[in-house]
Amino acid sequence: MSIVERQPPLDATERAAIAELIAHYPTARAAAIDSLKYVQQRRRYVSDGTLHEVAHLLGMSAAELDEVATFYNLIYRKPVGEKVILLCDSISCWITGRDQLAAHIHQRLGIRQGETTADGRFTLLPIVCLGDCDHAPVMMVGDTLHGNVDTAALDAIFQPAESDTP
Amino acid sequence: MSAIPRLPLTRNIRRGAAPFSRAEYEQADGYLAVRDTLGKVEPASLIALIAASGLGGCGGGGFPTGRKWQLMPGKDQRPGPRYLLINADEMEPGTFKDRLLLEGDPHQMIEGIILSAYALQADHAYIFVRGEYLTAIERLNHAIAEAEAAGLIGENILGSGFDLSVQVHGGAGRYICGEETALLNSLEGRRAIPRSKPPFPQVNGLWGCPTIVNNVETICNVPHIVRYGADWYRGLGVNGALGTKIYGVSGRVRNPGTFELPMGTPMRDMIEDHAGGMKDGYRLTAVLPGGASTAFLMAENLDVPMTFADMAKHGTRLGTGTAIVLDDKTCPVGFIANLQQFFARESCGWCAPCRDGLPWVERTLKSIEAGEGRATDLDLLLEMTGNLGPGRTFCALAPGAMASLQSGLQYFGPVFEQHIATKACPWT
Ligand code: SF4
Ligand code: FES
Repeated sequence: MSIVERQPPLDATERAAIAELIAHYPTARAAAIDSLKYVQQRRRYVSDGTLHEVAHLLGMSAAELDEVATFYNLIYRKPVGEKVILLCDSISCWITGRDQLAAHIHQRLGIRQGETTADGRFTLLPIVCLGDCDHAPVMMVGDTLHGNVDTAALDAIFQPAESDTP
Repeated sequence: MSAIPRLPLTRNIRRGAAPFSRAEYEQADGYLAVRDTLGKVEPASLIALIAASGLGGCGGGGFPTGRKWQLMPGKDQRPGPRYLLINADEMEPGTFKDRLLLEGDPHQMIEGIILSAYALQADHAYIFVRGEYLTAIERLNHAIAEAEAAGLIGENILGSGFDLSVQVHGGAGRYICGEETALLNSLEGRRAIPRSKPPFPQVNGLWGCPTIVNNVETICNVPHIVRYGADWYRGLGVNGALGTKIYGVSGRVRNPGTFELPMGTPMRDMIEDHAGGMKDGYRLTAVLPGGASTAFLMAENLDVPMTFADMAKHGTRLGTGTAIVLDDKTCPVGFIANLQQFFARESCGWCAPCRDGLPWVERTLKSIEAGEGRATDLDLLLEMTGNLGPGRTFCALAPGAMASLQSGLQYFGPVFEQHIATKACPWT
């Protein structure tokens, strides 16, 4: 498992970046989501320790910040793989075969919704309509949007990952 | 000088190509409306112009924009910060029109914001973009930087004495953020749970200050109305409607996509002419005219003009104007079950009928779809459409969810019964 379960304390760069985010708003709390997204980008997910530290910088209690963190689906409070696959499960993608794609991902990577591959490369999560329904079925892999996805496209996307692994 | 456009919103959009830079946008007469207005036109007369144009909210409600703006207390009555908040949290299933405007012409968005903020005398504008719209966020930030460098955003814009800051705020998910008071909570760094109204955001919005919340498409219309006038705008529509609309369609049509068309264009024209009709081997059964919260419009009513009033005559709503087609190879029960799964998951959890009722509806529909339905299920589902209907829950999410279920039970009753009687889905 390549996922780090414990996260180091925030370093000077991270603290400065969060201070900068706070400066954009009339209240520190308004920078909560920006700050969580920022640390998550660097650490993949927000551990308890990181949450405590960020809460302190925002002048919030850890419980208050966790209330926010656990509400939003793009904030991960548990470890995720290197890349998160967000496979749209809303209506236009459902009509055009997203369930078959989910089945193919399961067959190919061995993961279902909410699971991470054994090599820690991918986590599969459901997502609401990605606003690209004219290219349904749609998914995001990491920061990249993929439209008109079929099983061949899935194979191509997962290919490099496999050839890297000895 | 560009010609007077008939389809203003998309005139600069070159699909698949990069959006206009500030220089290109200005070459196409962009920011002329800002240059002609700031410090030269009274903010109040700008609000009157928008009211006279009849521009309505394009987020799904259709509420007159000018009227909304007039409800904001004046700067003399309420000194202190004032906000313009652009709702770019596009997450209604089947809706993909704001993505086009944000990615395709970010300077049009910015110009609309500058003019609207000036009319409202707002000093800060936030664009709340859903977190997954990374390209839109990047392009907006780039456009804002270009506009700042050109003195179009910032302090004392073009020597007019008007100051404005514009900031993009990326969201972190959850459909309920699109509800305007939940959007305020989310931007303040709280759970996106709707607030009770009144007070309305116009009076008590972000951090207790007067705030106008408008959809992307609504504000993108503003520069054109300022430039060409209210009469020009009103004259763009057909079948008694005014303006243009970014319509769209997804599902098994030949060319799914977004199309800017005169407001009031019949649904059939969009589907058959612009989207190329159904794919070979599929027939259209019904459509949801404007996203997951709208009721079914059956195939025989396809000639209806796509306006708020005409859709209401057929028991549905125009919603976001982006239609989802239900075809004859897709099971209506499965279709509705998918919609309910969405609403059940996206319920913010604040009020019990929605939080507990929607998962119950989802499970019941999925069991019917799986051939495990009971004869009594249909009466119970019908009862739920009343229990979760308008006025029974804290916000409009649950009633929106019931639109497809209620109309689905009405139009596809025999299909539901067949599932239960034969203990199987006829489509699988
Ligand atoms: S109706 Fe649903 S989404 Fe709206 S406040 Fe109640 S629980 Fe939240
Ligand atoms: S339904 Fe999947 S992108 Fe809209």
